[in-house]
Amino acid sequence: MTDWRYHRAPADPSARVESEADASSLFVYTIGLFLAVILTATSFWAANTSLLWAPGIGIGLVVLAIAQMGVHLVFFLHITTGPENTNNVLALAFGILIVLLVVGGSLWIMTDLDANMMLSPALMDLHMQR
Amino acid sequence: MSVAALAYDVDQGTPVPASEAGPAPKRVVVAYGFWIFLLSDIVMFSALFAVFAVLRRATAGGPTGAELFNQVSVALETGCLLLSSYTCGLMSLAVNSRRSGGTYLAALVTFALGAAFLGLEIREFAGMVARGATPERSAFLSAFFTLVGCHGLHVTIGLLWLVVMMAQVAVRGFRPIVQRRLLCFSLFWHTLDIIWVGIFTVVYLIGVSP
Repeated sequence: MTDWRYHRAPADPSARVESEADASSLFVYTIGLFLAVILTATSFWAANTSLLWAPGIGIGLVVLAIAQMGVHLVFFLHITTGPENTNNVLALAFGILIVLLVVGGSLWIMTDLDANMMLSPALMDLHMQR
Repeated sequence: MSVAALAYDVDQGTPVPASEAGPAPKRVVVAYGFWIFLLSDIVMFSALFAVFAVLRRATAGGPTGAELFNQVSVALETGCLLLSSYTCGLMSLAVNSRRSGGTYLAALVTFALGAAFLGLEIREFAGMVARGATPERSAFLSAFFTLVGCHGLHVTIGLLWLVVMMAQVAVRGFRPIVQRRLLCFSLFWHTLDIIWVGIFTVVYLIGVSP
């Protein structure tokens, strides 16, 4: 019965019912909201500013998005590195692996095809005529 | 049912090896199963993201993202969904301490913010269709409507689910089974926000760059 320390449901804010656990969980959610707002605002600012080196903005936005997803996972879904979370983290790691394979693999193959099968400009014009 | 209730209250017990601990509480098993489902949902979304990323320049002479997207509206949608994720967290705190007033209030705010998000998104879609930017116009627009529409559909289902859960809380009270369903709902809602982070970055911010 007392195996609670070995498993924890994802998004379960607290294992306890007392109010002091409640207060600390509230604090966790509020920190998460604060960080997420900062990261979102930075994303929107970076996409619209002319202060940054334009070709690097795309990568920067991806980094900001991954950071914000991490914030959501830790502060809202309570995925931690603790032993009670091992199952959740392993499932998440497998999910991330598949997502990376699908997105990265598709982009890699399609960019490669695009580069190798590009028609000459004259042929492309002919091809695009409707 | 009593197992779940007991495991919920037991926290001070001395840790025992996992091999001697017996089956995990039902609450943990249910949430883990739902977590697996959500990860498979994320994998499905990753395919839609990949399609969009591949096709985002295939506008076939039609309108591009930079001409269609309104960043103010997207920022508002993002704010609504982020705040509703936060109030959903507050709702799970109220549920865990069995405060029905707090649960209803947080659920109401979550529902209102989610509905506001959906309203903004539908307005955006209607405006695009009115300008002739329909899904059949170009591969880019097909991919856009599939990805963002699929997320909007998930939000709609989430709102319906929230209404059903509030009815269950009102009629059946905070029984363990209702609490497990509410836990699954909050998992679902937080995950939708994570997917939206990917959408506003890939579609609305990176997608408008030349």
